[in-house]
Amino acid sequence: PILSVRPSRALVDEAFEVLVENLPPVSPFTLRSLHHSEDGDDWEAYGHYFSDHSGRVSVSEDLSFGGTYSGREPMGLIWSLRPVPGSRTGLRLRKKDVTTPMLITISLYNGHEDFRDNSPLVSMVTERWYMGPGIQRIEITDGGLRGGLFIPPGPGPFPGILDLWGGGGGLLEYRSALLASRGYICLALEYFKTGQMKSTDLSFEYFEKAYHVLKDHPQVIPDRVGIISLCLGTIVTLSLVVESAEIKPSCVVCISNMITKSPGKTLSGFHRSIPSKFNKIRVDENNHQIWRDVGLALLKEPSMKVDVAKINCPLMLVNGCDDQNWCAVETADDISKTMNAAGKGHLLTRVDYPDTGHLIEPPFSPHCFAGNFFVYSSNEKVIQLYGGKTKPHSDAQDDSWRKILSFLRHHLYCSHKAKM
Amino acid sequence: MDEKHSCVTLSVQPSRGLVDEKFVILVQNSFPSSLLTIYAHHQCEDGNSWHAFAHYTSDATGAVNVSEDCSIGGTYSGVEAMGLLWSLQPVPGSKPGLRMRKKNVQAPMVVTISVYSSHLTEGFGDQVPLAGVEVERWYMAPGVQRIPVTEDGLTATLFLPSGPGPFPGLLDLWGGGGQLVEYRAALLASHGIASMALDYLTCKYTMETGKIVEQDYFEMAYKFLQKHPKVLGSRIAMLGLSLGTSVILKIAVHSQIMKLRCAVCVSGSHVQPMDGFLKEILDYFSKNSGNTHFTKDNEVVWRDLLLPIPTDLSLKVDVGKLQCPLMLVVGEDDQNWCAYESAMDMKGMMERAGNSHLLTLLSYPNAGHLIEPPYMPHARVSLFREIQSRQKLMVLWGGQTLEHSRAQEDAWRKLLVFLRKNLYSGVKSGSSSLSNL
Repeated sequence: PILSVRPSRALVDEAFEVLVENLPPVSPFTLRSLHHSEDGDDWEAYGHYFSDHSGRVSVSEDLSFGGTYSGREPMGLIWSLRPVPGSRTGLRLRKKDVTTPMLITISLYNGHEDFRDNSPLVSMVTERWYMGPGIQRIEITDGGLRGGLFIPPGPGPFPGILDLWGGGGGLLEYRSALLASRGYICLALEYFKTGQMKSTDLSFEYFEKAYHVLKDHPQVIPDRVGIISLCLGTIVTLSLVVESAEIKPSCVVCISNMITKSPGKTLSGFHRSIPSKFNKIRVDENNHQIWRDVGLALLKEPSMKVDVAKINCPLMLVNGCDDQNWCAVETADDISKTMNAAGKGHLLTRVDYPDTGHLIEPPFSPHCFAGNFFVYSSNEKVIQLYGGKTKPHSDAQDDSWRKILSFLRHHLYCSHKAKM
Repeated sequence: MDEKHSCVTLSVQPSRGLVDEKFVILVQNSFPSSLLTIYAHHQCEDGNSWHAFAHYTSDATGAVNVSEDCSIGGTYSGVEAMGLLWSLQPVPGSKPGLRMRKKNVQAPMVVTISVYSSHLTEGFGDQVPLAGVEVERWYMAPGVQRIPVTEDGLTATLFLPSGPGPFPGLLDLWGGGGQLVEYRAALLASHGIASMALDYLTCKYTMETGKIVEQDYFEMAYKFLQKHPKVLGSRIAMLGLSLGTSVILKIAVHSQIMKLRCAVCVSGSHVQPMDGFLKEILDYFSKNSGNTHFTKDNEVVWRDLLLPIPTDLSLKVDVGKLQCPLMLVVGEDDQNWCAYESAMDMKGMMERAGNSHLLTLLSYPNAGHLIEPPYMPHARVSLFREIQSRQKLMVLWGGQTLEHSRAQEDAWRKLLVFLRKNLYSGVKSGSSSLSNL
């Protein structure tokens, strides 16, 4: 048989076509993808297919009759990746070194249920890249900042984006690398190391310095800088936008929203405010922690909310309706209410995705339903429930990415072109 | 709003492609109906700069799609999705006689594609483009392995496709320039064929002894492939260009040891002294070198060295005795070998012998001698170092760029289908088992 994957080298948000030819007609086959992660875990996905009378299986066109995905799913071999049986628990697939591609081996096996008993008939390696050709990565360390700056090829100038992740901490560059591949100078900022939130000084000044790295960069258009954030990063973002005189972005994207702020010009307070409601944490039948009620309790305290009525730039809120980690949709409702009452409703774009969980990542990233998390206040490692059902969650990642890119393009690339 | 900041975006999909894959170049967000120049630049391994450019007018939404829109001038015109690659030419001021050939196939060819405002024909270095991207073009697909081969006295490189195998095998022979040229074998391995590029003129044996290899050198190469654990010994093909064709035709018809599943011969001839082998072929050329012509620019034309096609069967391979499928690819403007005339003669021989059902003949008007994998720039003339005299000459290969480039694209596609059909499926008449490949 002949297996082809086109393109064999693609960006992580690009689709590919998997085609098998020269098979015996109308026979059962399984296509399986295998990835060995940087952490040493093995992830796999597979779909059961039947060849047609010309001996062909096309993942883009044919139905999968079962496996880790079913139905007509051109990218099912990527988004339904999950740890192989026997793996450690609570895993989440996140690329740390974005200068190299993710290598995924796609193989064809005879049969359906017992496919693993056979050796693969044919296989191909495919590369999935976060960084497009010519993208430059520059480590940012001056002024005490810790981040990675990604610059597209070409003369520029380019709009800039500050990229803030959430409660897990650390420096995660993959979304920034991908945004640079889409035409933005993007700064991924580490604002606390994993497990060290308590001891980190999260002053506004740190973020203002980072914002200036972008704004003052010779290749960045200074009045075209935006912010993208997830989870804890959304509180940071909204606080800065409302209260910092230095940070006036052209637009802001907040994914999986939180709104509980700490008083004053420091963000350190939330490592006190959130644990104050830890008595609201529930566990499910697998002992996974559900934190969304903590958020609901905090939402009831008006003094602890960022005053979003003061926001003056376009704001896009992306949330999952099955978010078990935080009450993201209720938070978005709250934000909506406040902004509408203040006459700022026209600035708001909201997308809520059914059956989607907390970790809304770039497209085709495997859905993480529950993952390991280090609780800084108690120095405990727990498994948090993030929620979402794999297929709708994956569709949401795909759709939200495209909507986010079009929102960013509209506000950062060409907003001077008024549409009649 | 700062008007001087351009909103123009430029994208090339895929940004990392195989050398024979098409891409789509899209310009968006320029002013509607604006004049734009799309420009490609490549610095090749030997340091020479190449460029190509085309003039477009954006549509009412400010977009240009190179696959759908018409270039109205530049190094190519018309609707040409890949024109920015095949029309690449040395930048003004370059040395004459350059030819683009990748030596290191493990790294991609990097091309910078930019868009400029207005219709420019020069001075690209002095202007700031509106946008620019980098594109990678690869000869090796991910997972393809490159294995240098020196055992059994061979000077070769084996490229194994990705996957468990086993795979059909192929021996890849180039022409009279010698050297170990890897890129075509690397690309074939990316298509699932275990391919071995073989140096047979400047190999270690020849460099050390001064002698030309004999048939047993090729038998060694064939046997190496045959016994390789990842190669299907019963499915080995040969592909050759120019002098490589002479070797292959002799082997295909007369070798008792090398049983080819099929053969592809590009820009070559069956004319050669039947007693003897490679050395005798080279001597035969030297003997006829009086038929060399020169153009008014002093370019060497060697197409007459083997003309007229002899009727004497001691001077040409009797392809009427061929028992495996043969594909002949020729350019009708080949100024280096009489490939077209030879192909016509071979066709006649096979028709009279009753085995012409084995023949696939692709003959391209206005294509020249160097029919290569697609989208690489056409060299009508280039500096060529003669193996035996070590002289550097400006040789005329022939072909008109547009038709030659189209021929390369068509021939490569058909070659892949031919190889796939003969190496991956189908039962040779008389053969008993069909492995479920």
